[in-house]
Amino acid sequence: MKISKIVEQIPSSGIRAFFDLVLGMKDVISLGVGEPDFVTPWNIRERAIYSLEEGYTSYTSNKGLAELRREISGHLLRKYGMDYDPEDEILVTVGVSEAFDLAIRAVVNTKDKVLIPEPSYVSYGPVTTLCQAKPVFIKTSPDNGFKITPKDIDRSCDKKTRVLILNYPNNPTGASYSKSELKKISGSVLKHNLICLSDEIYCDLTYDFEHTPFPTLPRMKERTIYLNGFSKGFAMTGWRIGYACGPKEMIGAMTKIHQYTMMCVPIASQIAAIEALQHGERSVQEMKREYRRRREFVVSRLNDLGLPCHKPEGAFYAFPSIKYTGMTSMEFSNKLLKKEKVACVPGTAFGPLGEGYLRISYASSFDNLKEALVRMERFLKTIKTVRK
Amino acid sequence: MNEILEILEKNARATPEEIAKMLNMTPRAVSNAIKKFEKEGIVLKYKTLINKELLRDEDSGVRALIEVKVTPQKNLGFDHIAERIYRFPEVTSCYLMSGTYDLLVVVEGKSLQMVSSFVAEKLSPMENIRGTVTHFILKKYKEDGDILKQPDRSKRPAITL
Repeated sequence: MKISKIVEQIPSSGIRAFFDLVLGMKDVISLGVGEPDFVTPWNIRERAIYSLEEGYTSYTSNKGLAELRREISGHLLRKYGMDYDPEDEILVTVGVSEAFDLAIRAVVNTKDKVLIPEPSYVSYGPVTTLCQAKPVFIKTSPDNGFKITPKDIDRSCDKKTRVLILNYPNNPTGASYSKSELKKISGSVLKHNLICLSDEIYCDLTYDFEHTPFPTLPRMKERTIYLNGFSKGFAMTGWRIGYACGPKEMIGAMTKIHQYTMMCVPIASQIAAIEALQHGERSVQEMKREYRRRREFVVSRLNDLGLPCHKPEGAFYAFPSIKYTGMTSMEFSNKLLKKEKVACVPGTAFGPLGEGYLRISYASSFDNLKEALVRMERFLKTIKTVRK
Repeated sequence: MNEILEILEKNARATPEEIAKMLNMTPRAVSNAIKKFEKEGIVLKYKTLINKELLRDEDSGVRALIEVKVTPQKNLGFDHIAERIYRFPEVTSCYLMSGTYDLLVVVEGKSLQMVSSFVAEKLSPMENIRGTVTHFILKKYKEDGDILKQPDRSKRPAITL
């Protein structure tokens, strides 16, 4: 059977073989996980269990339960002063992943260009390609804290450029933007008449300054699709629930695709999300304090080990350089796994510009982190002796 | 609460070096702060939480909660009688309560008999004590915020994007 040309175009990730290797091994200390190491807080799980007992097992409105959309609207208003109408400016989706897919599909035409800062989360490029649009990657590096600047945008734009994708705090680099940095970027967005898709799923894990949502910047709300969800802040990755907020026409267009492809998000997840918004803020704050401590510990240990690592402003990833070892990211990860049973994600999983880096997730218990770093230290010593 | 205390309360074995890294301080500053807490009696001691449910029966001991009704003493209130009770080494905790009784006393002993005889011979006969009700603990599920079972193995896959 022949598969479609466009699917063939999407590079199959070389990372899969490495992942299979990790999953096949026992007693691995994992720094390779893109999700919190907490289980969903008990009150949220309990509410979902109760909903099943009560018999809430049906479809919901395509847009999501009205109560949930009202809670999301209220939450964004209280927290950031953002005003989205639950009636037609909010759509509940199967995680940010679906929301992103819908947003791109709703916005681009064939051959439009989409700006993606790289290293980037894995789905942005391929989903853009699936829509027959063209991803244009903007290089970021530790010299600039893995951030893009207005100059970068100016340099990458031409007449076909329609969309800028932002993801902050960033997976995999942990970089985030302060309000004044975002203001400058918004200037470029206006100048080139771009639409911004802002994936802010890690917003609750911002450590050094207040998180500023992109739509709160002057004149940005009307040209931004804001994507967020419950996975990271409330440790709800497996529930697959997120949401998109934006101008009425955009959300309408996205809802059209959503109703034909997904229909609605599972009702138990929606009810759990209501509970998260009503009673979850305390657990979010506790998680954040814990992560911040781990960040300080991991980043300072990595730098001590001679792996230069900028201090990430958010999320739960450190992105150290391993260039001095002379190995590729994949070689390094492979050897570290085999010799010391520590799993990290090679930077190349996040695009060619991730070469020479590792993504280290500190969403792991403190004891695990401590032990993993001892093992890495031992590993690095064996490399040095080999090279001598 | 101070962040150093927060960390130590969860893990008494966290070293000053580790805490320093977590809080972006120098190890010396952390050590000094801990010494000060110890000197002021804010940090009283460092203990280990043992899950006695997993020990053999003869080692695990018996615990009882005892409700104690007391006639308060003139000028001394409950404090004096409370002290006479909590000084017994069998008493592991002692609280002054609101409600239908006055003191809640937690007693630990090697066997049921030992706890009973403590109540019958030491506690009840004390002057000013008007009555006691003893509740033996049958099973402990959670103590001071920690669930008393072996940690679940993580159900997460070891690697995800």
